[in-house]
Amino acid sequence: MNSGIVSYGAYIPFYRIDPESIGRQWGRNGADVGKALGVKMKSVPAQDEDAATMAVEASRCALKRAGIHPQDIGAIFVGSESHPYAVKPTATIVGEALEATPGLMAADMEFACKAGTAGMQNSMGLVMSKMVKYALAIGTDTAQGAPGNALEYTAAAGAAAFIIGLENTIATINHTVSFTTDTPDFWRRGGMKYPSHGGRFTGQPAYFRHVVSCGKELFSLAGTAPEDYQFAVFHQPNSKFPSKAGKMLGFSQQQLSEGLIVKEIGNTYSAASMIGLASVLDNANPGDRILLVSYGSGAGADGFDITVTPGIETFRKGINKTIREWISNYQLVDYGTYAKNLKKYKMEGE
Amino acid sequence: MTIPRFWREIPIRYNLMGSKCPLCGTVFFPPKEICKICRRVSIDQMIHEKLSGRGTILTHTTVHEAPTDFESQVPYYLAIIELDEGPSVLGQIADCTNGDLAIGKRVHSVFRRVSEDGVSGTIHYGYKFVLDHSR
Repeated sequence: MNSGIVSYGAYIPFYRIDPESIGRQWGRNGADVGKALGVKMKSVPAQDEDAATMAVEASRCALKRAGIHPQDIGAIFVGSESHPYAVKPTATIVGEALEATPGLMAADMEFACKAGTAGMQNSMGLVMSKMVKYALAIGTDTAQGAPGNALEYTAAAGAAAFIIGLENTIATINHTVSFTTDTPDFWRRGGMKYPSHGGRFTGQPAYFRHVVSCGKELFSLAGTAPEDYQFAVFHQPNSKFPSKAGKMLGFSQQQLSEGLIVKEIGNTYSAASMIGLASVLDNANPGDRILLVSYGSGAGADGFDITVTPGIETFRKGINKTIREWISNYQLVDYGTYAKNLKKYKMEGE
Repeated sequence: MTIPRFWREIPIRYNLMGSKCPLCGTVFFPPKEICKICRRVSIDQMIHEKLSGRGTILTHTTVHEAPTDFESQVPYYLAIIELDEGPSVLGQIADCTNGDLAIGKRVHSVFRRVSEDGVSGTIHYGYKFVLDHSR
């Protein structure tokens, strides 16, 4: 019996900054940079938000939508590269805030931007082996880019939570497959505040090789072709990469557009492809087929072949806020506020 | 804040866990062991009551001169909120400006960082509120 998505929720912070404001700070033409990356603005966390608070909000939303009792959650996986603590799990904070403790397993996942989908795969294994009734997989990040670095134009904040189970699913996960190699395209050493990356090396040998190979593996495993899917969602560090990867795999722009949210909120790292999937599910119909391929630097890609069930129609009545509504509800901030919120200033005594 | 105190208060801080007198139905937040109306007959009778986090602003103020831990947030906004279950609670209103606030506006609770014990200590998570129409 296949496992599937029983519910989902998301969280996007209220604040945004546009590329013009970032470029102005560093003597660059931010508008041109934004245009080249295909990013109009990116989400910015408030001072009191972090990966844990966003994970809690997204998860509470997912639980409420499906009316699942928190004590039925047997496992929580929180994927992030911005866990608030270096040592002390985010998953325990989330578990306590959901009132899912103490009878559950909880673990933090790390694999750059695909830690959340790694949690989905772990969740599938647990529910299919009937070790747990439901498992909660979360992707959440308050992504950091060093001041003046190109990453600043896209590194954003957001969270998405998916409850995986066997019954009452709104979408069946038919197949999943991963493609993994040791490829040092993006990293952050222990104790360092900001990540480093290999510039253009992040493209062909890293993102494109892994995402496209994973997509092809998935086609082979599922016996499908691009035309079998109504929607395709890819990890989205900018607009160009997923569009190009989709084209390389044979998808049209129309198949990609609903899940391409990077233009409006930037790259939410572990949450990026999962929020894209949530956006698609907000609009999908029973029988629609969705291809999801995440990507995590270092490097790997997780692919999912998903079919929407008739359960989506009843479920949708419980959705009080769609991804598009989250996206359209924002306030722009200046670079100073953005830098303060992300603690880019070193304060006296620190 | 000491670690044991924070840990003991997690249900209150994370989930607005109050208490309810089963005799008269009065809800308390923070939770009380004894109902102030029914008094001694309520001893050992009080039950846990999770509050919805929904309420109405009774009054509000703007903080310009803050305690050390909150200096980076000024100006920030505090309000006394009458929760739908009855109790009033003091809380910070997040994601807003002074012009957004007004007596009678509806709010709901959110999960946020409230304070931290320095840069190497524990982080204190808990409830704040946001305006219904904005979030």
